[in-house]
Amino acid sequence: MGALPDISRRSVLLGSGALVLSFSLRPAGAQTITSPGDETQNFQAIAEPAPELPGSLKTNPNLDSWIRIDATGKGTIFTGKAELGQGIKTAVLQVAAEELEMPFEQLSLVGPDTSESPNEGYTAGSHSVQDSGTAIRNAAAQVRDILIAQAAQRLSLPAEQLKAEAGAVVAPDGRRLGYGELVAADLLHVEAQPTSRLKPSAAFREMGKPRQRIDIPGKVTGGAAYVQDMRPDGMLHGRVVRPPSPGARLRKLDTAPAEALPGVVKVVRNGSFVGVLAEKEWQAIKAMRLLAAGAEWEERPTLPKAAELPAVLMAMPHEDGIVADDRKPVAGGKTHEATFTRPYQIHGSIGPSCALAHLDNGTTTVWTHTQGVYPDQKAIAEMLGVPVTQVRCIHAEGSGCYGHNGADDAAADAALLAQAAPGRPVRLQWMREQEHAWEPFSPGMVTKARATVDDKGTVVDWNYELWSNSHNSRPGSAGNLLPAQWLENAFQPDAPKLQITKEGNGDRNSNPLYAFPSRHVVWHFLPEMPLRVSALRGLGAYMNVFSIENFMDDLAVAAKADPVEYRLRHLQDPRARDVVTKAAERFGWKAGQAAPENHGYGFAFARYKNLAAYCAVAMEVMVEPETGRVRMLRANAAVDAGEIVNPNGIANQVQGGIIQAASWTLYEGVSFDDTRVTSVDWSTYPILRFDTLPDRVDVDIIPRPDQPFLGAGECSQGPGGAALANAITQAIGRRIYDLPLSRDKIRAATGA
Amino acid sequence: MVTLSVNGQSHAIDAEPDTPLLYVLRDDLKLHGAKYGCGLGQCGSCTVLVDGEAVLSCVTPILLLEGRQITTVEGLGTIEAPGPMQQAFIEEQAAQCGYCIPGMMMRAQALLQKDPSASDDAIRAHMEPNLCRCGTHMRIMAAIKRAGALMQTASTSTERAG
Repeated sequence: MGALPDISRRSVLLGSGALVLSFSLRPAGAQTITSPGDETQNFQAIAEPAPELPGSLKTNPNLDSWIRIDATGKGTIFTGKAELGQGIKTAVLQVAAEELEMPFEQLSLVGPDTSESPNEGYTAGSHSVQDSGTAIRNAAAQVRDILIAQAAQRLSLPAEQLKAEAGAVVAPDGRRLGYGELVAADLLHVEAQPTSRLKPSAAFREMGKPRQRIDIPGKVTGGAAYVQDMRPDGMLHGRVVRPPSPGARLRKLDTAPAEALPGVVKVVRNGSFVGVLAEKEWQAIKAMRLLAAGAEWEERPTLPKAAELPAVLMAMPHEDGIVADDRKPVAGGKTHEATFTRPYQIHGSIGPSCALAHLDNGTTTVWTHTQGVYPDQKAIAEMLGVPVTQVRCIHAEGSGCYGHNGADDAAADAALLAQAAPGRPVRLQWMREQEHAWEPFSPGMVTKARATVDDKGTVVDWNYELWSNSHNSRPGSAGNLLPAQWLENAFQPDAPKLQITKEGNGDRNSNPLYAFPSRHVVWHFLPEMPLRVSALRGLGAYMNVFSIENFMDDLAVAAKADPVEYRLRHLQDPRARDVVTKAAERFGWKAGQAAPENHGYGFAFARYKNLAAYCAVAMEVMVEPETGRVRMLRANAAVDAGEIVNPNGIANQVQGGIIQAASWTLYEGVSFDDTRVTSVDWSTYPILRFDTLPDRVDVDIIPRPDQPFLGAGECSQGPGGAALANAITQAIGRRIYDLPLSRDKIRAATGA
Repeated sequence: MVTLSVNGQSHAIDAEPDTPLLYVLRDDLKLHGAKYGCGLGQCGSCTVLVDGEAVLSCVTPILLLEGRQITTVEGLGTIEAPGPMQQAFIEEQAAQCGYCIPGMMMRAQALLQKDPSASDDAIRAHMEPNLCRCGTHMRIMAAIKRAGALMQTASTSTERAG
C-alpha cells in the first residue's frame, strides 16, 4: 500500500495540506459576535490569551480542555458554564454531538470545576450558548477533522474521500475506524485554530431539533439533583445566624443553651459571623434559633427612607457615564417627558442558598451553585488566607438562578464552617428569611425619558437618564463575600466602578434600538450602596426597556398612532421589524382595535443588550377596577435568537421570562425601615401565583439558519414586563409610572 | 421512636417528635424529592401526600403522622418506570430549575386522584399555594392536564384488562 505524505494535524488545520484544499472554510469568527470578556460581569474574571479564536476558545484555546474521547469511543465534553435551569447541559451536548458526528447518547458532560473545566468566568448575561456553545461547536468540528486526518493516514486514503458518521470515520469501501481506535495520547492536546469546518445548518440532525433535557427525568423522580441533595458519609449540618440588620455588629453571644442541645457539635464565632454544626438538620436549626435568641447586637439606622426612595437615589452623589451622545440640532417640536421608578427587588430562588464544604488534608473543596467557580475559588482562598491551590470549587446545581444571589455567600459560609470540623463534610443551607433579607438585591432605579417630536409625532430628539448603582458586586475579592465582611479581621467589599461597555450594566438597553436622529443617554452612576445590590437577570435591561417601551406608548398615544405602527416607524433593523411584525400578526393585533371593557392590549419590543436576541411581546389583560386585580389573558412572543440549538429550551426560557417579569411588574418590592429589611418571607414579599396566569403564552422562534447564536435567556424580561404595563394602561385608561403596578395603585388610578 | 409509613414501607424513626416530616424524609430516609423552600408553609416545595391529601411537610411534626400513609414523589414511580404524573412532566418538559416541581407534582396528584379531568380553573385554584420562580407555570399547567389524561387512559385500560 502506497503511503501518502504525512499530514500533520497542524498542517491540516492550518490549511496547508492537500486535504484542506477541498474544504470550504468559512470564518468561524462569524459564530461569535461578542467575547466572554465583553460581558461586564466577567470583567475581572477572565483573560483572553487567544482573542482571535471563536467563543470561549479565546480564554481556553486547547481542544482537550473541551473535548476528550476515550479508547472505547465515548466522549466527554467540558464546559465552564453552569446549569442554572436554562438547559445548558443539554444544549452544549447537542452542539458537540452535531459537529463531532457522534450520537448524543455517547457523550457525557463535566460542568464547572476548578480542577477539571475550562475557566469561562461567570455563567451570566445570556452568554452560555454564545461563549461555551460556540467554543464547543468549533472545537468539535476541529476534533472531527483531526480524527478524519488520522484515519486518512491509517487507511492511506485522501481525507476528502472519508466521512465522519456516528462516532467513526468511514471510507468509500465501507471500512470504518471508530473514534476510540483513532485517538491516541495527546492527539487532541493542540491549540484550536481560528477557523473550523462547521456543518451547514441544512445538514443538521441534532442542532435546531427539540431534545428533551437530560436533567428532567431525575428531577421529577426524586434523584439527587441539587447541592441541597448531597449527603456524603459523615456529613454535618450547618446553619448560620445572620445579624438583624445590615449595619449590625455582634456585642455578646450566649452559646451555652445551643451547645447543650442534643446533636450539636460546635458553635463557631468569628467577629460577627456566627454558625453552628450539628449531626442532624433539625438540630442545627433549633441550635441556630437559640443562638439568635442569645445574641446581642448593636444596630444602626443605615437605610434610606423607603417611601422617598426615588428622591433619595436622585439626590445621592453620582458620577456620569455617557452611554450615547449623538446630539444634532433639531427643529423645535413638542416635547414629552416621563419619569419611572422601581424599588429594590430580589432573586427569590425557591430553594434557599446552600453549599457543601469539606476540609481534608489542608484543601477545602466547596460544592456550590455559584455562577463562577473560578472567581469563588480565588475569593474563598483569600478569605481563608490560603493559596488558591488549597481551594477547589465544583459547581452543583441549586434552585433557580437568576443572577448573583446568595450562592457565593453560602459557599463562603460553608467554607468557614468546614474549617471548624476538619475531615467532615459540612452542608450549609440558608433559612428563607436569610435568603430574603441577605441575598444581594437588584438595585432600586429611577429613569427619566424626554423626547421631542415632529408634527407627525415622530421622535426627532431623544434624551434618557437613569439613576442606579452598579448591577455587579460579584466576587471579586473576598470582601464581596458577605460573611467575610463580618469576620474579626473583616474584608472590605470592592468599591463599585463605573464602566460604560458594549453589553451594559445598569445602563443595559438604555440606548433604544429605534432610529432616532438625535440622542443623548446618560447613566448617573451611584457608587454609594445603602442596600447591598448586584446582578439580577438582565441587569438594568428590565427597567430600561420597561421605561422606554412605556414611554413609546405614551408617544404613540400623543401621535394618535397605533403602538405597533409607531414602533415600526422608528425601526430600521430588518430583524427587529420581523419580530415586531410576527408577534403582532400572531396575536391578531389590529391598528385601532378597541379592547372589551376593562381589557387592554399591550405591545413591547427590545433587542437584548442591542446585540443578543430580539424579542417582541403582545399581551391581553383584564383588570377588575374594584379590586385592582390584574389577570393576564394571553400573550404572543416572537424571538430571533440566531441559529437555534434547542427550540424547546428557548421557548421555555422566553415563556418563563415573561411570567417572571410579570411577577416583578405586578407585585415586587423590597420593604425596609431605617434599620432593617422587613420583607423577609413570601407573605411580606409576595410573588406571582397561579391565579394571575394567562391562558396561553405562545412563542414563535424566527429561524435564522447559519447565523451566529444570540443569547436568549434574558431577552423577554423587558418586553414582557412592558407589554403587560402597556396592556394595563389601556385597560384602565391611565399609566402608572412607579413599579410595582400594585392593586392599590391600580385602584387609585381608576378612582375605585 | 415514631413509626412512619412512607411510600408503602414502614420505618421506625429515631428523631425528636417535634421534628417536621421534611427533615425526616430527607435526612433519615434519604429521600430527595421533598424540598426545603421556606420552612414556613408558604411555598409548597415540601408538599407530600398524607392519606391522599396535600400536606406541607416542613411544618408538620412527625408526632402527628403515626399510622398515616405518606407518599412522596419517589412513590409515584421511578426514573426507569415513571408514573403518569412524572411521565407528563417529562413529556411537557415542565421544568426550568426543577426545584419546585416535586412539590407541584404532589399537590397536583392529590387533585387528580379525586378528579383526573379537573378543569383549568380547578387546577389553578388547587395549585395556588405552590410557588415557582422560574415562571414555568404554563408548562406545569399543561403537564397536570396531560397527567390527568394519562391517568384516565391507564384506568380505562385497567378496566378493560379486568
